[in-house]
Amino acid sequence: MSKANANPQALSELDRPNSYIGKTVPRPNLDRLMQGRGLYVSDLDLPRMAHVVFVRSPHAHAKIVAIDTSAAKKMPGVVAVVTGEELAAVITPWVGVLSHLKGLKSAPQRAIATEKVCWQGEAVAAVVATSRAVAEDAAEAVTVEYEELEAVTDMRTALDSATPVIHADLGDNLAFERTLDVGTVDAAFAGSDEVVEAEFVFGRHTGVTLEPRAVVADWNPGEARLTIYQGTQAPHMVQNIAALHLGLEEAQVRVVCKDVGGSFGIKVHIYADEMATYVLSKLLRRPVKFVADRIESFNTDIHARDHRCRGRIGVKRDGTITAFEIDDLTGIGPYSMYPRTSAIEANQVVNLVGGPYTAKNYRARARVVFQNKNVMCQYRAVGHPIACSVTEGLVDLAAAKIAMDPVEIRRRNLIADDAYPCASASGLRFELLSHHTSLNKLLTMMDYDALRTEQAALRKKNIHRGIGIASFIEVTNPSAAFYGVGGAKISSQDGVAVRLDAQGAVICQTSITEQGQGSESLTAQIVGSVLGVSMERVRVILGDTDQTPYGGGTWASRGAGIGGEAALQAAKILRKNILDVAAAILQSSAAELDIANDMIVNVTDAAPRIELRELARIVYFRPDTLPPGIQPELMATRHYVPREYPFAFTNGIQASWLEVDTDTGFIKLLKHWVVEDCGTLINPQLVDEKVRGGVVQGLGAALFEKCIYDECGQLTNANMADYLVPMSGEMPDIDVGHVVSPTSESELGAKGAGEAGTAGAAAAVANAVNDALKPFGAVITEIPLTPQLVLTALKRI
Amino acid sequence: MTAPLPISLEVNGERVDAHVLPRTNLADFLREHLKLTGTHVGCEHGVCGACTLRVNGDIVRSCLMLAVQANGASVETIEGLSDSGEISDLQAAFRERNALQCGYCTPAMLITAQDLLKSEAEPGREMIREHLSGNYCRCTGYQAIVDAVEATAKARKGRGR
Repeated sequence: MSKANANPQALSELDRPNSYIGKTVPRPNLDRLMQGRGLYVSDLDLPRMAHVVFVRSPHAHAKIVAIDTSAAKKMPGVVAVVTGEELAAVITPWVGVLSHLKGLKSAPQRAIATEKVCWQGEAVAAVVATSRAVAEDAAEAVTVEYEELEAVTDMRTALDSATPVIHADLGDNLAFERTLDVGTVDAAFAGSDEVVEAEFVFGRHTGVTLEPRAVVADWNPGEARLTIYQGTQAPHMVQNIAALHLGLEEAQVRVVCKDVGGSFGIKVHIYADEMATYVLSKLLRRPVKFVADRIESFNTDIHARDHRCRGRIGVKRDGTITAFEIDDLTGIGPYSMYPRTSAIEANQVVNLVGGPYTAKNYRARARVVFQNKNVMCQYRAVGHPIACSVTEGLVDLAAAKIAMDPVEIRRRNLIADDAYPCASASGLRFELLSHHTSLNKLLTMMDYDALRTEQAALRKKNIHRGIGIASFIEVTNPSAAFYGVGGAKISSQDGVAVRLDAQGAVICQTSITEQGQGSESLTAQIVGSVLGVSMERVRVILGDTDQTPYGGGTWASRGAGIGGEAALQAAKILRKNILDVAAAILQSSAAELDIANDMIVNVTDAAPRIELRELARIVYFRPDTLPPGIQPELMATRHYVPREYPFAFTNGIQASWLEVDTDTGFIKLLKHWVVEDCGTLINPQLVDEKVRGGVVQGLGAALFEKCIYDECGQLTNANMADYLVPMSGEMPDIDVGHVVSPTSESELGAKGAGEAGTAGAAAAVANAVNDALKPFGAVITEIPLTPQLVLTALKRI
Repeated sequence: MTAPLPISLEVNGERVDAHVLPRTNLADFLREHLKLTGTHVGCEHGVCGACTLRVNGDIVRSCLMLAVQANGASVETIEGLSDSGEISDLQAAFRERNALQCGYCTPAMLITAQDLLKSEAEPGREMIREHLSGNYCRCTGYQAIVDAVEATAKARKGRGR
């Protein structure tokens, strides 16, 4: 105990004695998961539960002429076979638009298709049976007659007049367009010594959560209430939308989210088959379970990226970057996803390009087009990998053009660490970033100069290694500016309730959710630190709309920064309330008392006065012994949302060291470094591991992952043998370092860290490959960097 | 041949007698008939490794094995390995190192890692990565898992186990 702090209110919440904040402590919920005793939705089994399987379109674009369900309905064990027309009477369609994305349009989407199908994998009928296997058998007995329509597959020709319009009512295939023109771009290019241009191509990829999407919907007619068990990142959003489209009050819908087998943005959306499952439970008056199989996951989990972005950069001979210009095109499938829309990624690309740099001249156009492929939407690090790869690719090309070292050009153009607060050319407001400190730290960690020496020596032996560097900024802690202002009922605030139980332990209910990030741990760490209670005595409840305060959940790197601050503030109130009661019991004053190690202690000498357990006993069972007029409140609730900055930007930098085999085109990742600045570190180990996991997701995109569609709109590699994901054998060790620039908007000072790894990994790898290929004059601006691409660039094939 | 067939096997040391459809795979049998849901199903085509468990001491992918093929066999799942204490040190290392995030791959990852640790007293990082390369983890990036397995190997060597 420190005696220096006479006034506990003046003591920072972050460095109280025995604080868990900033310390690596094991997450409290791991044993359950390691013993196989978690509860994922796919594990759930309810009485009378039926299983739904969807009959899905084999065509990318076709009219539904007729559906014959008679044979399927006669099969033993089949409960119901339902078409889109039948469901249309009991669930309303939705349109994935937001009013702040001006001009964004989309067509009404239904739980099950009616009239026509718009992508291979869209559901045309639901088969409900007593087991999944029986439902699958019966699904094969459903016959659907289609009239094939021409599929729109190439985003580059989606807007041509000769291309069919997917939704006639919309007039064309353009979902959204945004342009931006800041400063004097033409003059800046004209005044540049060099202007470099390239087209950057990004493969379509997907999240591949190890547990597929799964939902159990349980309509209880006796209560007129629907309980939805779902692995979702945003339970209250699901509650709102299920109620809205099923014609229920929100109070009639409970969303329960237990363990989630991976999410990464895949499980933050509303999927048609999940909506169908909710309404089927209501129709059939019994629990209905849907678990996607792996082929369904590839065909219906949102895809992401799939951008073609032309970029231009102007540079002076002294290395000054004068201007950036981009023209981005992306194809999002046939519908804008609901409710977050499929325009956010392109919008983010426009916002983020050039973000780390001082150049004030910036022109951008982004176009989002419809096509007959699976829907695309927000996946981990939305827009960041595109913006970072384009920006950092251009910066490296510019550096090469003026024969400047990639580090030096960054030094000369990254926003200075003492320039804050400031804004980017696109108008993003930065409170406090640390690009230069981060760069310097990275160079030390990787021993940049030694690596360059090693690289030069190996080149003489015909071994081609490359170093790639990528700076980035990251959107975290989103306020209502992200979705709320556009009309979506997706909360940007979060709430935490904390209470002292009758044995002096703490129960904490939070509206953020857990999908492995450590939400439970960071909440317990914060609450335990503020209250002076050991973490083992803090139990965290999350993922249940009946049991937690209202809030957004865990996505867009918001859990720690927003939910963590709510936990901090709620715990402060509870501590004050506890100390008030303690003062009454001990005939002392609250200012003279503190809580440490589960006990009320003196501020002055840390001497124990009364255990929390005893205090709780008195409050709950012998309130008659308290002085008159004292009514203890051993539960406190606080909510929090950032108000000053729409987003808490963070920054970081990554480096890749790799070897290219110029005979086979194979790339071997040797080492990867990251320095990131997410403000206050609540649990450094959790941040490190989240960054590492994010990096590997970015490395997958860089080297392996791509949903390959043919010209008819058929996904040709919808299985895990053909769609390659990073496995342990190919992945390098990743060193992670930190710079800490807390946000002063909250007392906690935490920003997010969930996107950082994914944001810059592919850019670092692509720059490293081009660095390795420099002696050959080859430049590749496309990912995934397959051996075929490498050999083509080397003119070997 | 679609009628249920009788099988008799040992699961985590307990004798189990059941009738199963010939098409039921071992993973579904364990999860749906015995409610041993610690064996996870990820891809159902033998690639992701999430359903890995032990049959007669060898690790197998239970989505690629029919329940009837396990007739007469001894099956060990994560629940059994946890309760016996066989992998408690490995689980502790995973906890210390935060070698799991969502935890969905973890039971199979632990079983696969234990398989290596039983045959190699001091596997290097490359060997660990190679042995685990059939088990997909989307969350961690693998490094923490490799660290935990390496630390367990060193600790066991120190204990002479």
